[in-house]
Amino acid sequence: MAKAIESYWTDLLGTLRDTKVWRSVFRGGAGSGNLHSALSVQQNVFLHLASVKMRRKALAFSVTWYLGTLTLATFFILTGTGILLMLYYHPSVPQAYADMKDLQFVVSAGVFLRNLHRWSAQAMVFLVFAHMFKVFYRGAYRSPREFNWVIGVVLLIITLFLSYTGYLLPWDQLAFWAITVGSNIMSAVPVLGQKVRFLMLGGNTVNANALLRFYVLHCVILPLAAAFFIAIHFWRIRKDGGLHTEKAATHE
Amino acid sequence: MSEPKPDPKPFEATVESDSRKAPVRVAFVTRRTSPQVKAQDDQYVMTWPEGLFRAAVACEVLTIGLVLMALFWDAPLEGLADPMQTPNPAKAPWYFLGLQELLHYFPPVVGGVLIPTLVVIALIVIPYFNVNVEAQGVWSRNRRKRLRIFYVLLLALIALLLAFEVWAVLAPTVVISAAMLFAAREPEPAGRFHRWLSSHPLSFWIMTWFLVTATLLTAIGTFFRGPGWSWVWPWSA
Repeated sequence: MAKAIESYWTDLLGTLRDTKVWRSVFRGGAGSGNLHSALSVQQNVFLHLASVKMRRKALAFSVTWYLGTLTLATFFILTGTGILLMLYYHPSVPQAYADMKDLQFVVSAGVFLRNLHRWSAQAMVFLVFAHMFKVFYRGAYRSPREFNWVIGVVLLIITLFLSYTGYLLPWDQLAFWAITVGSNIMSAVPVLGQKVRFLMLGGNTVNANALLRFYVLHCVILPLAAAFFIAIHFWRIRKDGGLHTEKAATHE
Repeated sequence: MSEPKPDPKPFEATVESDSRKAPVRVAFVTRRTSPQVKAQDDQYVMTWPEGLFRAAVACEVLTIGLVLMALFWDAPLEGLADPMQTPNPAKAPWYFLGLQELLHYFPPVVGGVLIPTLVVIALIVIPYFNVNVEAQGVWSRNRRKRLRIFYVLLLALIALLLAFEVWAVLAPTVVISAAMLFAAREPEPAGRFHRWLSSHPLSFWIMTWFLVTATLLTAIGTFFRGPGWSWVWPWSA
């Protein structure tokens, strides 16, 4: 019985993948040979960032711990939950805080949505750091991957800013004072400190202007910047000869 | 029907870099050869489905974990932001608490600006740093000279940390430098552990020192700091 159902679905899927409409979208077409596997990566604008083939060794868990992949996964979760949260959020004082309360008491699954966004954000910061140390200890930053390491550092900084700007948005005591502490550090920068702080907050204190600026940074500018560099980061894996699978080189 | 092939010319090996004169050449692969050359003989699999399927499974496991976390553990939400009421202590997000802990010891321009800037610059130059790319044990060459430089730098660092009473950085510095000196103990490493220790390049030690120090500072800032940034035990709060 189970076998019959399985073959039914396989046939149906095969028929579907062979239709004119399907093949106009996915050029790979039906079939499971290496050619079709290759086409399904090469003919897809997103998967095309990756190579058609990869080293068997690179599949092993110990090589990467899948940390880069998992970081990307958190980015996707954060984009999804973030867009949903935007539907319920006004970047204004004190409405922002009232929206948090609405998420808690009015919106269906609002608490779950905010929880998932917050824990995924913490996970992303943690995974980015873990990924960096893993890459370092594997020696995967060495030639020809030097520049991809630098892009990784840029992504680390973007991730920290993403998390930091998101921290203010609930407009509770935790958010307000964390950003106040952080932006006070900014004013210690010689010469430009006060000006940079003013630019970042849109004023001399953390107020409604700061909330709006952080909102725009958090929801538009920084995610776009992150997506831009993530694309380059993945594309360069292919260009630099695939994932690094050698053991960290040490002197013998 | 096959005709007997003429004997191949006797093989002659010469040192020649002109490809027109010597069309078949042997490349000597040295230790510093890029991974691209080393990996040429590797077995390959199709990215789809082998790689992407595993990636999808990994993402699903992570997602399930995060969903469970979100179901059973609520994100914190305190009262409405009030500029007139400063909580004590006012803490930054956890990944900046290491930095905030540094601000406790150093003036803001050092702890908040100079040190983070140096860290970012250090991270960026890692792959371009020659000592690093060669990946030789830090004591493998010029041991005496390097030890002398090391002692000078270490004492300067320890003096600086003592002057600012930065115990939280001093402790890992002492531990890591002790391990480095243990690795440098003899010219020829004896035991397996000793050999492993002495095989690491300078960059390994610096990164490990950074990892241990950053983890310790973050842990102290997160769990051991109370009102006025005073030391508190997490279980007594």
